[in-house]
Amino acid sequence: MTAITLSGVKKRYLKNPVVHGVDVTIESGEFVVILGPSGCGKSTLLRMIAGLEDITEGTIAIGDTVVNKLEPRERGCAMVFQNYALYPHMSVAQNIGYALKVSGMPRAEREAKVLKVAKSVGLDPYLTRKPGELSGGQRQRVAMARAMVREPKVFLFDEPFSNLDAKLRVAMRAEVRGLHRGLGVTSVFVTHDQTEAMTLADRLIIMNQGVVEQVGKPSEVYHRPASLFVADFIGSPAMNLVRGFFGEDGHFRHGKGGMIHLPTVAPSLVSQEVSIGIRPELVRRVPANTKDAIAAVVDYTEELGAARLIYADADGSRLIAVDHGTDALGTGMPIHLAIDEADLHVFSQDTGRRIELGAAQRAATNSRINA
Amino acid sequence: MERRAFYRNPILPWLLLAPQLILVLVFFYWPTSQALFWAFTLEQPWGGGNTWAGFNNFLSLFGDTRYWATVGRSAFYAIAATVISMGIALTLAMFVDRALKGTRLFQSVFVWPYAIAAPAAGVAFRFIFAPEAGLIGAVNEIWPGIWNPATNGFHALGMVIVCHAWLGIGYNFIFFLAALQMLPKSLSEAGAMDGARPYRRMLDLQLPLIAPTVFFLLIMNLISSFTDSFGLIDVMTEGGPINATEVMVYKLYVDGFKGLDYSGAAAQSIVLMILVIALTFIQFRWVEKRVHYN
Amino acid sequence: MIERSPIFDFITYATMILGLVLVLVPFWVTIVAGSQSLQEVSQVPLNLWPSGHLLENIQTAWARADLGPKMINSLIVAVGVTTGKIVLAALSAFAIVFFNFKARMLCFWLIFITLMLPLEVRIVPTYSIAANALLPFQTLLDTFGITSLLEMMSGVRVTLEWNLLNSYTGLILPLVATATGTFLYRQFFMTIPDELVEASKMDGSGPIRFFFEVLLPLSRTNMLALATIMFVSSWNQYLWPLLITTDRANFGTVVMQLKALIPAQNGTPDWNVTMAGALIIMLPPLLVVALMQRWFVRGLISRDK
Repeated sequence: MTAITLSGVKKRYLKNPVVHGVDVTIESGEFVVILGPSGCGKSTLLRMIAGLEDITEGTIAIGDTVVNKLEPRERGCAMVFQNYALYPHMSVAQNIGYALKVSGMPRAEREAKVLKVAKSVGLDPYLTRKPGELSGGQRQRVAMARAMVREPKVFLFDEPFSNLDAKLRVAMRAEVRGLHRGLGVTSVFVTHDQTEAMTLADRLIIMNQGVVEQVGKPSEVYHRPASLFVADFIGSPAMNLVRGFFGEDGHFRHGKGGMIHLPTVAPSLVSQEVSIGIRPELVRRVPANTKDAIAAVVDYTEELGAARLIYADADGSRLIAVDHGTDALGTGMPIHLAIDEADLHVFSQDTGRRIELGAAQRAATNSRINA
Repeated sequence: MERRAFYRNPILPWLLLAPQLILVLVFFYWPTSQALFWAFTLEQPWGGGNTWAGFNNFLSLFGDTRYWATVGRSAFYAIAATVISMGIALTLAMFVDRALKGTRLFQSVFVWPYAIAAPAAGVAFRFIFAPEAGLIGAVNEIWPGIWNPATNGFHALGMVIVCHAWLGIGYNFIFFLAALQMLPKSLSEAGAMDGARPYRRMLDLQLPLIAPTVFFLLIMNLISSFTDSFGLIDVMTEGGPINATEVMVYKLYVDGFKGLDYSGAAAQSIVLMILVIALTFIQFRWVEKRVHYN
Repeated sequence: MIERSPIFDFITYATMILGLVLVLVPFWVTIVAGSQSLQEVSQVPLNLWPSGHLLENIQTAWARADLGPKMINSLIVAVGVTTGKIVLAALSAFAIVFFNFKARMLCFWLIFITLMLPLEVRIVPTYSIAANALLPFQTLLDTFGITSLLEMMSGVRVTLEWNLLNSYTGLILPLVATATGTFLYRQFFMTIPDELVEASKMDGSGPIRFFFEVLLPLSRTNMLALATIMFVSSWNQYLWPLLITTDRANFGTVVMQLKALIPAQNGTPDWNVTMAGALIIMLPPLLVVALMQRWFVRGLISRDK
């Protein structure tokens, strides 16, 4: 089995840095998803592992071998490309078997292997067709079969589902997951779709502007975001993030004179410039006379079916709450919201990094992560 | 435009390029530099090398009224042939683009002139226009002597131009039709919704949008009027009567290969090359602009 | 069609039929005159219906202009230029598009500039090379003193000479030495997605394998287009063969013979023979274009962009 070790990996195009120094170890047999907005350097990182881009600085090791100087074909990786990159003039069988042909495998053995792999992804009726005669999902399967047939040490996926429709995407996701369970091959998957990332990954690598923001299990990343960027990027609707500072009186001050009473959090953070964050599903609606309730005004609501989202304005700061009530809510109506201090995330406005709070918060997040 | 996936190899690309580069150097760069050398030297009539002549070859060329007459004639020839040929091709392409039933047949025939050798078309047209033969010449039966390209310079030049224009129809048609077919169909539909009738849409929507192709073809036609005219004129008139159809390339050939005035021909060659290069550059600037526009 | 407009449809057909007549008249006249007897062809006005003498006229023209060997020469030249161009251009375009080396752009422009100056424009200088194609190399050796150095050392004076006059190489090579093909291939190669190159790298194939197993099979349509264009243009060459062949009997091409078929000023006006000859001379490229139209149109267009 094969681990991938990236140490101090940097990439510059001409003078422009694209990847700023990545240190990550991908464990053997792990399914890792690199997630980030477009242009964050995630594809570049993947292509450096594949050997399609030079590594400007640092080393990448696959297993025990440093592969910096190795050609793509010598690295034992197979890749599924965004646009599939099928050879348009070759049949499905020829596409799948091409790598084996290049490596000089005898025809009989090759054909047997191709057939076996094609069967496993349900392509055996289409072996003689050309890629142009296949549907999007079928092409996707050919691309996967082409990668599988080589029995590689590492699978690389470069946004492979971005050309599929939503329904097919869900189906392919399950298939990839099943494939990984069956083969147990170390896999690296690049995407900008967070649902895809959350559902597929053993661990996520979240990148932004060439920097790794956080590495962790999906639940860890969701419930304990390591930075403002991650907090904002992961989750839909996005986390409520309110900028302000703590006063000595145990109140958090924000917006146009808004105050939130947070007595246990405040003392350690007095007068720091911070953002506090809370997931919308943890913002509760409470009756008007509740102690420490935050008074707000409804801007608008979005009906989701199972619940609704309330977009509210609290003294100039936007708060979103997931609400299960059924009463009529119109623009301008006053409501009252409450949050639990243990559910709070605090991020330094200076560094953008998470500030760890007390034991109560840790216990709350741990229980969610392990749930 | 730039690719991301490259191969790297110190020798292989040179091996691949070598044959083409050698051919280009031997048959293009070397002779072209030779022409420059000749253009600025004078060859001794009895041999014994070339003497430096500076710009004298060019000065005597530009001082020659017969040369200027040739230049003017070439310009007229180029413009007339280009306008006629492009006009016909554009009209045909516009109508073929409507894709009515049976259009395919017309479409394939309109391409045919592209396949014909200039001298072969020249022979056919010479017969069509021959004063003694029974086609255009038949008018001489009614009004004797009214048509005779063998003696009348205007008639001869007109005959060559018509033939040249005919030859260009195929090439121009292909490009016009392709440009028209690349326009999105929704555009015509939007025009129809706005109440424009087919002929209006041709004038207001299609024509302005294929302007880049019009310009591209304009330049290609002008260049071809320098090049393809040789075979035509040699077969149809040999430059006559009394030089009435002598264009630049033909004069170049006559002076260089019949008159053996290499220095003068070289100077003419250089002038022609500069002209063609200038036209090509204009076209490149335009193509560049078009790319930005898109 | 977007809407029904019978009047405009009528105009459309009328114009296209007019165009058809315009384009076909020279072909028709050639066929009609070529099939008539001397007497019929001399009629004024001409009867515009074919007669039955086509075969005998072709035989006369064939013998008069010695078209047998000339046809073979034309075929050799056209096939030679076409194959040469297809092979060389594919190689050079492959190097220019898929390899990263310092002089890449320089090489591209060196080849590309030749597009600008057609053979007819630089006919005088190109002709000068015909007597000795190796002259450039001789000059290089002379200028750098290598000739005299070798002479001193071995006592033999190096003289490189390769006369192209009256030879197939002379007819073919200068026509191969232009950028049309390279440019056409390049335009096509640029549309090959990067991923395809990368996929083949991942599959373990090197550049040569990629060239033969992926690139060439994908270029088939473009090769056919290039073949058509090159066949037509080399078959139709007139000026260059005229200059390079002084020995017309052995190395002349059919298009050069057209002029010999035209009736002399005061000779018999046997245009029927002339037209029959012209007909068979224009036939091969016309057939090629008519048969290959689909591919060649696509190829010609992609040259623009």
